[in-house]
Amino acid sequence: MDFQVVVLAGGTSKKLVPLVSKEVPKALLPVANRPVLSYVLELLEQSNLKDLIVVVEGEDAALRVGGWISGAYVDRLHVEVAAVPEDVGTAGALRAIARHLTANDILVVSGDLVCDVPPGAVAATHRRHDAVVTAMLCSAPVSGLSDSSSSGGKDKAKKPRRCNIIGLDPAKQFLLYIATAAEVEKDIRVQKSILRAVGQMEIHADLMDAHLYAFKRSALQAVLDQKETFQSLKQDVLPYLVRSQLRSELLLNGAQTEENGNDKVALQNNKVMPSQLLANASTPSFHELFASGADGSAPVPRKTHKCCAYIASKSKYCARLNSIQAFSDINRDVTGEASHLSGYSFSAQNNIIDPSAVLGSKTTVGPQCMLGECSQMGDKCSVKRSVIGRHCRIGSNVKVVNSVVMNHVTIGDGCSIQGSVICSNVQLQERVVLRDCQVLCVCVYAHSAFVVSHAWFWVSCQVGASYVVTAGSECKGESLARKEKIQSQ
Amino acid sequence: MNKYLSSHSISSTLPNSLQLLCCSIQFEAVISPLPMDSRRNSRLIDPKMRRVGFFTPPPPPDRTQSGPPDSISPTDNWLSPVMIPPPRHASDNLSSTLALHSSRAVGMPVPPSALRRSSTENVPVGSYNPSESLLGTSPVLSPSSNMMDGAFSEDSANWIRRSNSGKFASSFPTGGLDLTADSEAKKAQGVSEKGEGTVVGVANDLSSSSKPQKEKTSKATRRALQESQRAAKAAAKGGVAPAHEQQRGKAVKQPSQKKDGFLATSSIAASEKKGGDRSQEKDRKKDMPPPRMQFDDKSRVEKAKRRAVVKQTEVRNRVELFRHLPQYEHGTQLPELELKFFQLDPMHPAVYKVGIQYLAGDMLGGNSRCIAMLQAFQEAIKDYSTPPEKTLTRDLTAKINSFVSFLIECRPLSISMGNAIRFLKARIAKLPITLAESEAKTSLCSDIDRFINEKIVVADNVIVRHAVTKIRDGDVLLTYGSSSVVEMILLHAHELGKKFRVVVVDSHPKLEGQALLRKLVGKGLSCTYTHVNAVSYVMPEVTKVFLGAASVLSNGTVYSRVGTACVAMVAHAFHVPVLICCEAYKFHERVQLDSICSNELGDPDAISKVSGRVDVNYLDNWANKENLQLLNLLYDATPSDYISMIITDYGMVPPTSVAVILREYGGEHLWI
Repeated sequence: MDFQVVVLAGGTSKKLVPLVSKEVPKALLPVANRPVLSYVLELLEQSNLKDLIVVVEGEDAALRVGGWISGAYVDRLHVEVAAVPEDVGTAGALRAIARHLTANDILVVSGDLVCDVPPGAVAATHRRHDAVVTAMLCSAPVSGLSDSSSSGGKDKAKKPRRCNIIGLDPAKQFLLYIATAAEVEKDIRVQKSILRAVGQMEIHADLMDAHLYAFKRSALQAVLDQKETFQSLKQDVLPYLVRSQLRSELLLNGAQTEENGNDKVALQNNKVMPSQLLANASTPSFHELFASGADGSAPVPRKTHKCCAYIASKSKYCARLNSIQAFSDINRDVTGEASHLSGYSFSAQNNIIDPSAVLGSKTTVGPQCMLGECSQMGDKCSVKRSVIGRHCRIGSNVKVVNSVVMNHVTIGDGCSIQGSVICSNVQLQERVVLRDCQVLCVCVYAHSAFVVSHAWFWVSCQVGASYVVTAGSECKGESLARKEKIQSQ
Repeated sequence: MNKYLSSHSISSTLPNSLQLLCCSIQFEAVISPLPMDSRRNSRLIDPKMRRVGFFTPPPPPDRTQSGPPDSISPTDNWLSPVMIPPPRHASDNLSSTLALHSSRAVGMPVPPSALRRSSTENVPVGSYNPSESLLGTSPVLSPSSNMMDGAFSEDSANWIRRSNSGKFASSFPTGGLDLTADSEAKKAQGVSEKGEGTVVGVANDLSSSSKPQKEKTSKATRRALQESQRAAKAAAKGGVAPAHEQQRGKAVKQPSQKKDGFLATSSIAASEKKGGDRSQEKDRKKDMPPPRMQFDDKSRVEKAKRRAVVKQTEVRNRVELFRHLPQYEHGTQLPELELKFFQLDPMHPAVYKVGIQYLAGDMLGGNSRCIAMLQAFQEAIKDYSTPPEKTLTRDLTAKINSFVSFLIECRPLSISMGNAIRFLKARIAKLPITLAESEAKTSLCSDIDRFINEKIVVADNVIVRHAVTKIRDGDVLLTYGSSSVVEMILLHAHELGKKFRVVVVDSHPKLEGQALLRKLVGKGLSCTYTHVNAVSYVMPEVTKVFLGAASVLSNGTVYSRVGTACVAMVAHAFHVPVLICCEAYKFHERVQLDSICSNELGDPDAISKVSGRVDVNYLDNWANKENLQLLNLLYDATPSDYISMIITDYGMVPPTSVAVILREYGGEHLWI
């Protein structure tokens, strides 16, 4: 279908720092015991897209990602892994691989997307409207939405950082305005010309840019060449294209200019051209109406291009792994409501326990749980709505609720872990209590009767017995003294 | 004959059903085939208001009531629109038809129908007068007038097929129908053997239908048929076990397919003919449209569905009379097709794009759809390369066929597109086998360009030149909907400095007239805009009516956007000339007398919703009500009597000359 697919797998994202590391680049972060990139690759594979370009930031990361892909998809996909320098941004990454892009249209997918919206739908919308860019929008995760839904349209600008402002035409086909979270602090500036041409604009704050775009290659390359300062697709390229849709500076493909030339000739000779006939009959979008002038009398058609939106239906799952919160959310969803994404078959108890896992007596694993290969659990443990990775060793009387435990983790007897993310190779000793700790990283040697809640992340902490660590603490490489209470915020 | 009638009338099973009509009134004129001179006098112009879908079905006993052929004299009044012989064979039965028609009032077009309606409404359900109910309008013809001239138009054969296939539809409680249908078929064939030129048409048509007339059905076959019908009825009642039913259908189909007896007769018929005009026969065969898919034939629909690229869910409540037309749940098709975007490997992107634009309704209008399709094919041909060990001619034809079937799934083809496809295939077939691939491709591409240029662009210019001569200062021109040619005519006339006013008549749900209006007003024409409901009010001041057409058929019938017939008839009643502007490539040899047998159904939701009025929501979520059927017809057929003139690229001709153009310039000539 003349589409090329570029997967932007990122490198070691700063937002996810404690989770990702040199060893584990963002693309390989396990979601339900599978690298997050595999969700995108399998989504594409289902759509029969087997020739992919995966762009990874950083040579090391590229090597690791490439190694994993060649191992896992050796005879299923034809993947080229390209390494780009770090911090070039998404636009920079595309610029770097520009010479590999040959097809008419490019599908750009973020590697951290976990969704079941078929990319074909976006591509079809793109083709149907002959758009320059088509962005997939999906309803924002509930956390970002809950309070903003009650307030009216324009107040949403003041809402928490995570909501984007997206303007659509009444038919919800065209993108008229897009502003990412960072810009929203300021007033919204909407171009008069666009508003006038469309007549009506819907402003949505409940939509999220899923970072799945279809670009017309010629347009994309023109923008990337002309605007060398553009770093990010989402923050620079897309808003630019949307802004300039009625005064397009892009020289689209040759055919378009030729057509325009034809039209001019046609107007002069007072003859009818097929292109005109075509334009006459299809219901014109506001672009065409604008291009031909208010009364169809513009001497030279103004150049326009279309920016389309594909809005995924609410029943589809779509999320991006771009924050630690999102990481635990996605892990929970993939084993829970969006379980068809995980690719595992769930048992009758609605959980997945690898046959090689060993469970002690009276240990219960509740629904929506996952237990990886060769993990061992002691007696009287209880696991609820959690994902436990491979080769974990968990002692007796351990409670794991709403948590993600990665691979090779050792948890001592009597621990209680709630709402936490525990990274690989962590060792927790006996009777540690963790509550809502986002991340625990690298080796933690914690001793008995140790309560931690709302801590952000820990790197190599050694903690004695009976500590209480509460809200928002950040502990790095500290050795905590006895009976000290760390409290901040 | 009478059994035809019953099989047809039974096809409405929901009594007292509310049916919402997009075109609330279906006009139908009954036209007798008479030569030109006596036409104005004796030809019956009787626009009958037929309440499509509103009829309540006559109960089964009605079948017996209406009795033998001679007892259905009232139905003669409503001489079948379908089975009337085409005019060229008319001379021999002139007297009989004259006799038939003399009894009918020629009178005013509108009032009698109103009377008729009121009378039917008072009639209780059980005791329908056949002439008033659907029975009357169903294709019935007294054998005397029908069989004598021995000319079956292809539509009549089509209809036969339909009635036959109807037996397999679940909702038809046709118990012992087949037997009598057989006898009728026998008669028909006997007649056709007598006839000279028309035999082939019948034979072809019958042989191309998968369930041909069974001449001598064996006992076993009949039994199997009956059983299948019983099973189908049960399935319809409880909605049970479709698999079972399908299996049945298969079992039944086998014996019924290709009955030996039938084959024998058809071959006899063919061999009888062979001495005479074999070449003509060949031509006919080629030009014969492929058998139309009848969507009330369950087994075939199933089969087609398995092949289909686009997954289609059929709308459950279809209006009975239009069951044979495809209607799908709108809104399910597009997402389904979108999902498959990358799976459709053999589909060329350009073709896909056009298809999805048809499906989404982005692309409307006969000309533009045709041009878009041809340009997509051009793209596909450019990118085409013959696979090894295959010849370009065959492989490319197969490829084009697959594209076409994909496009049909997206939206049924218009007649103009069918003609264009025929042209393209003929060009491919004519390519010399020695021609290099690249040369063949360039020649095809230039052929397509030439077709677009000569048949559409230049033709439009010629039409505009002709039509402008008919516009005088002070004229009030009425147009309906949005036709690209009419728009060009109006704009050109305005540029020439003619002083005239335009009345743009429009109708729900598409309101295409607004786009036209915008352009006209933008250019400074003085316009009036109204909806088709008010057409009788604006008509007195109108001096000419310009209308576009999707197609003009060889009997002069104009097939066009629904509502056109209504406008043309009102204009006729007010003695306003009706000028149809249509390029000659849209002409078709088919003869069609009503808008039932071939039409297109649009999205039923489009008429149940009123845009811009949230408070009018009486029909929200009513689409699945059992007793509600929504009918959104897209086309209608305007009888040639209401048309004063057809402006085409061959000049301005009366509607009767369409057949001449088709004969003289048709076939090879028409397609360059």
